[in-house]
Amino acid sequence: MMTTSDVTTDARKVASSSAGNLGEQPITAGELNATGVCAWFSGRLVLEDVDLFMERHAVTALIGPSGCGKSTFLRILNRMHETINGAQLAGTVELNGEDIYSPNQRATWVRRHIGMVFQRPNPFPAMSIEQNVLAGLRFNRIKTSSKADLVEEALTKAGLWTEVKDRLSNMGGALSGGQQQRLCIARALAVRPSVLLMDEPCSALDPASTLRIEETIADIKEEVTVVIVTHNMQQANRVSDNCAFFLSENGKPGHIVEVGSTVKMFSAPNDPRTLDYVNGRFG
Amino acid sequence: MSVLDEAPTSQSPLEPDQTKDTSPQRKPIKVRDFKPSDVLLLAVTAIAAYSIVWIIFDQLTLFSGEFGFVVTWIVVFLAMYWFVNLQIYGRHMAVDRLLGGIVTIGALCMILPLVLLIVYIFSKGLPLLSLNRFTQTQAGVGPLSPISAGGFLHAIVGTLEQVALAALMGIPIAVLTAIFLNEIGGRISSSVRIVVTAMSGTPAILAGVFIYSIWVLTVHDYSGFAASLALAILLLPTVTRGTEEVLRIVHNDLREASAALGAPDWRTVWSVVLPTARSGLVTSILLGVAVSIGETAPLIMTVFGAQVMNTNPFHNPQAALPLVVYQEIKLPQKSAVALGYTASLVLFILVFTIFVLARILGSTWLQNTLRGRGKGKGARLDGDVEEELFSVALAPAMSFGSGEADVDLGYHYRPDQEDPT
Repeated sequence: MMTTSDVTTDARKVASSSAGNLGEQPITAGELNATGVCAWFSGRLVLEDVDLFMERHAVTALIGPSGCGKSTFLRILNRMHETINGAQLAGTVELNGEDIYSPNQRATWVRRHIGMVFQRPNPFPAMSIEQNVLAGLRFNRIKTSSKADLVEEALTKAGLWTEVKDRLSNMGGALSGGQQQRLCIARALAVRPSVLLMDEPCSALDPASTLRIEETIADIKEEVTVVIVTHNMQQANRVSDNCAFFLSENGKPGHIVEVGSTVKMFSAPNDPRTLDYVNGRFG
Repeated sequence: MSVLDEAPTSQSPLEPDQTKDTSPQRKPIKVRDFKPSDVLLLAVTAIAAYSIVWIIFDQLTLFSGEFGFVVTWIVVFLAMYWFVNLQIYGRHMAVDRLLGGIVTIGALCMILPLVLLIVYIFSKGLPLLSLNRFTQTQAGVGPLSPISAGGFLHAIVGTLEQVALAALMGIPIAVLTAIFLNEIGGRISSSVRIVVTAMSGTPAILAGVFIYSIWVLTVHDYSGFAASLALAILLLPTVTRGTEEVLRIVHNDLREASAALGAPDWRTVWSVVLPTARSGLVTSILLGVAVSIGETAPLIMTVFGAQVMNTNPFHNPQAALPLVVYQEIKLPQKSAVALGYTASLVLFILVFTIFVLARILGSTWLQNTLRGRGKGKGARLDGDVEEELFSVALAPAMSFGSGEADVDLGYHYRPDQEDPT
């Protein structure tokens, strides 16, 4: 099997050599705590005062109508928000108690520990399946004793191994959409992140592929904390343990209306708007 | 005549051989079928149009001239072709065929000069082309020597050295400039872009004069290196513009995916953006080389030309193929002019060879072959050595704007700072 300890040790070495004091944390599922998060695009407030705690070993779903700031919030969680021109933010985000926006924290380090899967599958077209999975290791100069084992492990976790094991040197772009998305999940998992953020990972996929990815989420949540943005209420109900309902009413910036366990949010939410939304009466 | 049916749509992959083998009854529909009768129709229409134009243009009116004749012929042909198709197939098909005809004629007008040029060079240059043109120099060849004596090896070597040096200096700068413009940007990028655009309009002779005055006239003398300096100035804007366009079409999703894996910006550029844009990159570099390999004006003032072999590009005048063409064709003797055409042919062959080689080297096929088709454990995973080399080379250039260096993104959040809204 995989030389887990090797990767972990190496990753720790990398971590401790970089500026952050997160380096001493073990590389397992982490917990995220966002407090007072606000976001602006070109001076326009789009997200106001969001507090959300994302539990370890659990799947947190961010639900809400389009334009309510879910994706913006998600991108704030791994410092991808700041890559957009004119984007600003306020508040704190803590990974296992450490502020990821503290001045001596590197964005690259944060993103390596808080992985992300995007709405559209985006495997690197110039790389083979195998190279795609190993891309994160290459980018972060993480050495492994056996790349082949790591590739197998990551692809197995993403539920893609049996389909591609005989053609690992084929180009990643030649896979179907659902397979590409699972390849992206495998690529994100290969660097062993503490948290995996998923931005509507199934919205471009067919029901069968969606089901496979939901199974994958259920499989990986023990080792990596998952935060998922979804427009699909059934999906949120199926995959998540906790739900946060975002809303942006009458041109006001997006905010959280209600947070709670998925069971409660879908059966007896406190706020009538949540009940309306989860039952498909608006949004 | 049957140019229209050579359109790629008619040989679409919708009709693979297997379909024919398994079920011969099921014939695939040809959406844009161009039957033999259509070829005949096209030919007859063209001939009829020719005849009408001949009668009206050449015989009845007082117009004359081949150019006017051809233009009138094309217009009359298109009108007749549209009308005939309208009668036979109806309005939809007639418009389709008319536009197809216009586009095809346009393409022919584009290709024709090129074909004529190549035919001309071959017809003029081929009679005097022999193996010794590639293996000998003009050393000891005087006006009284037989026309078959001597060759252009000295000029081939000179051109290759000058262009290689120019490419060596110009291409890295050009690619880095393009990366700066597209991947880093910032306040000065627009002014850099204006300078690059202005440079691409620089007359070649100006680059020659510039190098002549600051390099040749000062401490140094005529040399191949002086020429390559001038050529580098000329290929810089071409490669920069081309590379920038190519980098721009690399989808931003890929940059985000790379960043989300924790890659610093230089790494994203080196491992994701450039490999994705590789074939376009090769094309833009080739365009730059093509610009510099055919330039003559700057060479006059920088290499001076030579009859003998000079393999050292840093010292003494050197020959160059375009310069040989220019110098030979200027001479009064017919034999020299003929040799000039042969030199053009040699230049043409040289350029063609370089292009074919570059295409093969840049092809995905070769990259995959080199990488090895090994599966699973045996496969060579990536060029670690190559990567280390380039990370050393590229990292300092990209370090601003990336999280890799101590300089972090300028606009990151500081808790003690209020947001300006």
